[in-house]
Amino acid sequence: MGGLEKKKYERGSATNYITRNRARKKLQLSLPDFRRLCILKGIYPHEPKHKKKVNKGSTAARTFYLLKDIKFLLHEPIVNKFREYKVFVRKLRKAYGKSEWSTVDRLKDNKPSYKLDHIVKERYPTFVDALRDLDDALSMCFLFSTFPRTGKCHVQTIQLCRRLAVEFLNYVIASRSLRKVFLSIKGIYYQAEVLGQPITWITPYTFAHDHPTDVDYRVMATFTEFYTTLLGFVNFRLYHSLNLLYPPKIDGQADVELKPAEGKEYAMDSESYLEKLSALSASLARVVAPTHEDEVEMDEFPVEGETAEQMDVRKKEQEALEKHKKLFEGLRFFLNREVPREPLAFIIRCFGGQVSWDKSLCIGATYDVSDPSITHQIVDRPRVEQQVVGRYYLQPQWVFDSVNAKLCLPVADYFPGVLLPPHLSPFVTEQEGDYIPPEKLKLLAMQRGENPGDARHQDEESEEEDEEEEDDNDKEEEEEEDESEKEEEMKLKKMEEQKTQSNKVTAGKLRLEDRQRLEQEQQSEEKRLAIMMMKKREKYLYKKIMFGKKRKVREANKLAAKRKAHDTAVKEEKKKSKKARRA
Amino acid sequence: MRLRNEPAPSAGIPLYACADLQQPACAHAHGAATAVRLYAHARPPHTRPPCPAEESEELTDSEESVYSGLEDSGSDSTEEEEEEGPEEGPGGSSPPRTYVKGAPRKSKILEDDSSLKENEGLLAQNEYEEDSSDEEDIRNTVGNIPMEWYQDFPHIGYNLEGKKIYKPIRNKDELDMFLEKMENPEYWRTVQDKMTGADIKLTDEQVDLVHRLQKGQFGDVHFNPYEPAVDFFTHEVMIHPVTNRPADKRSFIPSLIEKEKVSKLVHAIKMGWIKPRKPKDDTPTYYDLWAHEDPNSILGRHKMHVPAPKMKLPGHEESYNPPPEYLLSEEEKLAWEQQEPAERKLDFVPQQYQCLRAVPAYSRFIHERFERCLDLYLCPRQRKMRVNVDPEDLIPKLPKPRDLQPFPTTQALVYRGHTSLVRCLSISPSGQWLVSGSDDCTVRFWEVCTARCMKTLPVGGVVKSVAWNPNPTICLVAICVEQSVLLVNPCLGDKLLYGATDQLLESYVAPEEERVQPVQWVTATVAEHSKGVRLVVQHSKAVKQVTWHGKGDYFASVVSDNSSMQVLIHQTSKRWSQNPFRKSKGLVQCVLFHPIRPYFFVATQRYVRIYNLLKQELTKKLMTNCKWVSSMAIHPGGDNVICGSYDSKLAWFDLDLSTRPYQLLRHHKKALRSVAFHKHYPLFASGSDDGTVIVCHGMVYNDLLQNPLLVPVKVLKGHVLTLDLGVLDVLFHPTQPWVFSSGADGTVRLYT
Repeated sequence: MGGLEKKKYERGSATNYITRNRARKKLQLSLPDFRRLCILKGIYPHEPKHKKKVNKGSTAARTFYLLKDIKFLLHEPIVNKFREYKVFVRKLRKAYGKSEWSTVDRLKDNKPSYKLDHIVKERYPTFVDALRDLDDALSMCFLFSTFPRTGKCHVQTIQLCRRLAVEFLNYVIASRSLRKVFLSIKGIYYQAEVLGQPITWITPYTFAHDHPTDVDYRVMATFTEFYTTLLGFVNFRLYHSLNLLYPPKIDGQADVELKPAEGKEYAMDSESYLEKLSALSASLARVVAPTHEDEVEMDEFPVEGETAEQMDVRKKEQEALEKHKKLFEGLRFFLNREVPREPLAFIIRCFGGQVSWDKSLCIGATYDVSDPSITHQIVDRPRVEQQVVGRYYLQPQWVFDSVNAKLCLPVADYFPGVLLPPHLSPFVTEQEGDYIPPEKLKLLAMQRGENPGDARHQDEESEEEDEEEEDDNDKEEEEEEDESEKEEEMKLKKMEEQKTQSNKVTAGKLRLEDRQRLEQEQQSEEKRLAIMMMKKREKYLYKKIMFGKKRKVREANKLAAKRKAHDTAVKEEKKKSKKARRA
Repeated sequence: MRLRNEPAPSAGIPLYACADLQQPACAHAHGAATAVRLYAHARPPHTRPPCPAEESEELTDSEESVYSGLEDSGSDSTEEEEEEGPEEGPGGSSPPRTYVKGAPRKSKILEDDSSLKENEGLLAQNEYEEDSSDEEDIRNTVGNIPMEWYQDFPHIGYNLEGKKIYKPIRNKDELDMFLEKMENPEYWRTVQDKMTGADIKLTDEQVDLVHRLQKGQFGDVHFNPYEPAVDFFTHEVMIHPVTNRPADKRSFIPSLIEKEKVSKLVHAIKMGWIKPRKPKDDTPTYYDLWAHEDPNSILGRHKMHVPAPKMKLPGHEESYNPPPEYLLSEEEKLAWEQQEPAERKLDFVPQQYQCLRAVPAYSRFIHERFERCLDLYLCPRQRKMRVNVDPEDLIPKLPKPRDLQPFPTTQALVYRGHTSLVRCLSISPSGQWLVSGSDDCTVRFWEVCTARCMKTLPVGGVVKSVAWNPNPTICLVAICVEQSVLLVNPCLGDKLLYGATDQLLESYVAPEEERVQPVQWVTATVAEHSKGVRLVVQHSKAVKQVTWHGKGDYFASVVSDNSSMQVLIHQTSKRWSQNPFRKSKGLVQCVLFHPIRPYFFVATQRYVRIYNLLKQELTKKLMTNCKWVSSMAIHPGGDNVICGSYDSKLAWFDLDLSTRPYQLLRHHKKALRSVAFHKHYPLFASGSDDGTVIVCHGMVYNDLLQNPLLVPVKVLKGHVLTLDLGVLDVLFHPTQPWVFSSGADGTVRLYT
């Protein structure tokens, strides 16, 4: 029993945490400054395991930071910059108040500024760490680059965001690392695989934003401040990993193709370069000219314990990936006016296709509509006038679906004016027991190389096109129906007979016991009895898990039922319309 | 200073007498006269005619006479002489000059006046506050002290020569003073000089002055405070220069010093010492930040780092053209709208657009990004272990019921006959006969194997409990009917046996000495006797349970009462009863005799107490951890007890282990009504309001180190729920692994 008596809450978890207000006081910062510091340094509150212990017995809702985090913030040079900035603002206000314009100029020239390089390095010690956290940075940069150049935030920030976003897109094109795209109602999702890390980002549709009033743009701007720094360094590194010049330069040959005069017409000289870059139509200049011999055949090192089958699987995957990367190779696309140019150009170029658009739509068009070598023209109008022979006119969804399916889908479903097949999310991986929409099943079959959809497809087509055949079918169906009716009648008769016979004594039938069923029943009963003997806590957990499972099944069933109902409704309608047509 | 109604010798002097308090230079009578004269000069002639010097001198003399025989020994200062000289010359002839000359004087007088005013302000004690010591009174040399100190002395101070100055004689009493006040018209302007103690009469001018000062006016009548202002400098712009001086040379020749400074700056710029400020470069520069990345340099802080979870990836329902089953129907949409935004499973309504061109902007895009930002820096993070358990692993591994056979598995027989709920069951020790008591006021005797009702005994009351005598040589059944316990000989089975029982009962000889008993033993009437009733034990209150001792002589009954008379133990052979407890320990639910040892179990609402009947003491108190015990059964070995409770728990006690339950089984969904042990097989059963009987394997080992093994083996269903009641009693066959259950549906069922 020696030693000093220790008081409650002076050791253990209570000393590991600090409340926000206390942290703020310790750092001597105002709340907005503290907030900014936390955002930049990536400090976030922690939820203690025993909140009451940490909260010194109180159960009031408080946010806790790790004491170590806050101590770590104490040495941050940026904190001093914050203080300097405060002083600067005070001086500036004073100078304005006294109308000392020369002082104002001088002060503004010496405005304190800080760099975030060291914070990026500190938060992401390795490059892969940075890549892992790139999702939010990209989404934010893409959002900010669509902001108008007035109000809301600094024009420089918006320009920088645009520049970095375009650079990243160019990198993805150059490395062909795009994997999945998804047209959602929120925006367009992209997923790229960079150095083995999946990076997902979302871009809004290109419309003017109606800026909400309940959003604090300062918080977003602070995040963007950090994200731009991060993205800049990541871009630099990525470009260098591909031997590309950074800041990016358009490849010399392509540069010649782009007439400078055209650029001048389009935008000012200073801006036109970025615009050309953002057109995404030209490839980038490399530090060392690429030579195909450089691509070294990768040696294969069989992993120990790996069977030949696994090796094969891996090999196949590799091949599939290579094939996927060259999905649109050799195809020449032309984008019509009303399709979203940037996403489509980006995707097509990512998979090796060539793309162009109307010259007046955007800078960087490489060929004209009348070019006979165009294979696909992306149109988003119900009908196209003056169709050119030798090219497919397709709706934009075809590009997205093909990328997700990793193969060029049959074009028939995507002709202009045709009711499109559903656009499925490529991010869903169905597990056992989940509901899989029939379209997905069809797609999976197609990927496997089977062609089961064709039969059905043909059926549909035949139904649509060959009315005569349909008539026959209908007749047959009717006949079938008649037959079934007859059968039912027969059954009913039999039943009646049985009823009448029930008075008679009939020989008892030996009831065969279904052994399997019996066994199953026994097993289930055993299980039930065992569940009864479970401990309270385990029983709770078990019930929770089972509840979750059941709910999943229920949801899947619900979706399936809905689909069934919808399909029957559609069929009915078709029939009706056909009948109406016939009549 | 007090005003005195003492007659003053003259009107002209008193001011002076007063003034010279502060003017030591004028202490001399002559000097004083001069001063007065001066004063007179200073006055404008029309306010007061100048007095001739002689007159004033006379006055002074007369005043001196006031001093009580004291000789004035004032010294003539040369200064005053000098002053006097020129003043005497002009006399009163040229007032303006005197005015100028007398200016300092006048200020003195004004000071005097102010002091006078103070005097009038009745601030006697602070009289000398503003005086400086160098202006010491020459007439009285005591200095600047409060004059009260001399109150008790005949003198008032000392003159310059050190002689005492005596106070003027005042021999007037109050009456005299009053008369003086009434009679003397000058009384109001008489003041007393504190320093000399003399009364002084103020002149008209002095009174005027006092009045003016009181009004806040200037002391001098002629002073005009509102004279027209005269500017020092004119505000009008002058046409001509003030001076006619020609401009300096330096005003048109370039400055050499400036030239030197500029040339220095130029030189510095030329030499590159001064550089123009660099334009700020806003564009950030990037470099290879991770050029020297060292994965080992990860900070210790990163160990506690919880990376932010990535945003959820979109599913099919978020597509602009989702499969039709993902679209919400009308009801679902309505439900979605009514939900709280935080509770919604989807934060958007799935929508379908015919083509990409028709897709509008998503209005909450910025919101979602902002919320993500907020989550990143405001949301507390915690590492949570996701439970990744296969639910099958959670199920305990128990021995298979098949290995634990025999136990009842199927319903074999249903004993029908009762028209109301069957409350209680009992079986003959041979296992041939079954007795059941019901709410339809009958007791039925059944043959077990055939389900035949051998006998129906109407008892005229609801039967709460029946108990067959466990002694195989006695054929006797105890039946609880309202306030009495009937001992019935069912006359079933071996005739010798039940005949012997009758003989045994008849052989009773009443003791000679009638003892006081808590109950009445009544022999059955003839009519009753023919039905089989042999004895009636009449209690004072309703009886709810009866149970036999293993030997078959004693039985205990429980009375629903709150007093200490709840439990009674009866002896059949001697027909006498006793109340074993002196004090009530709560509402007794049921009682049981230990099968082997002389112990008695009493279950109250929450506890089971075990009494030693021989030592007559409490041996153990079992905590059941239940809210309300309904029933209890004892293992034939006697070391284990099970308790059923109305809160659907079954507590198994190992008496050797602890007084707390070894295991609490929550198998039933509703209240347990009864529990039972099998005599030979390791089985126990519980019947509950949910209509099921659960048979469990309860193996008790002789080895003390091994705990009992409890395994549920069978759930028996069959009883129909009526009035929310299911099984009311369960009972094991004494030899076979069969279980009987009686239910609220009026049936008794046998499971084999």
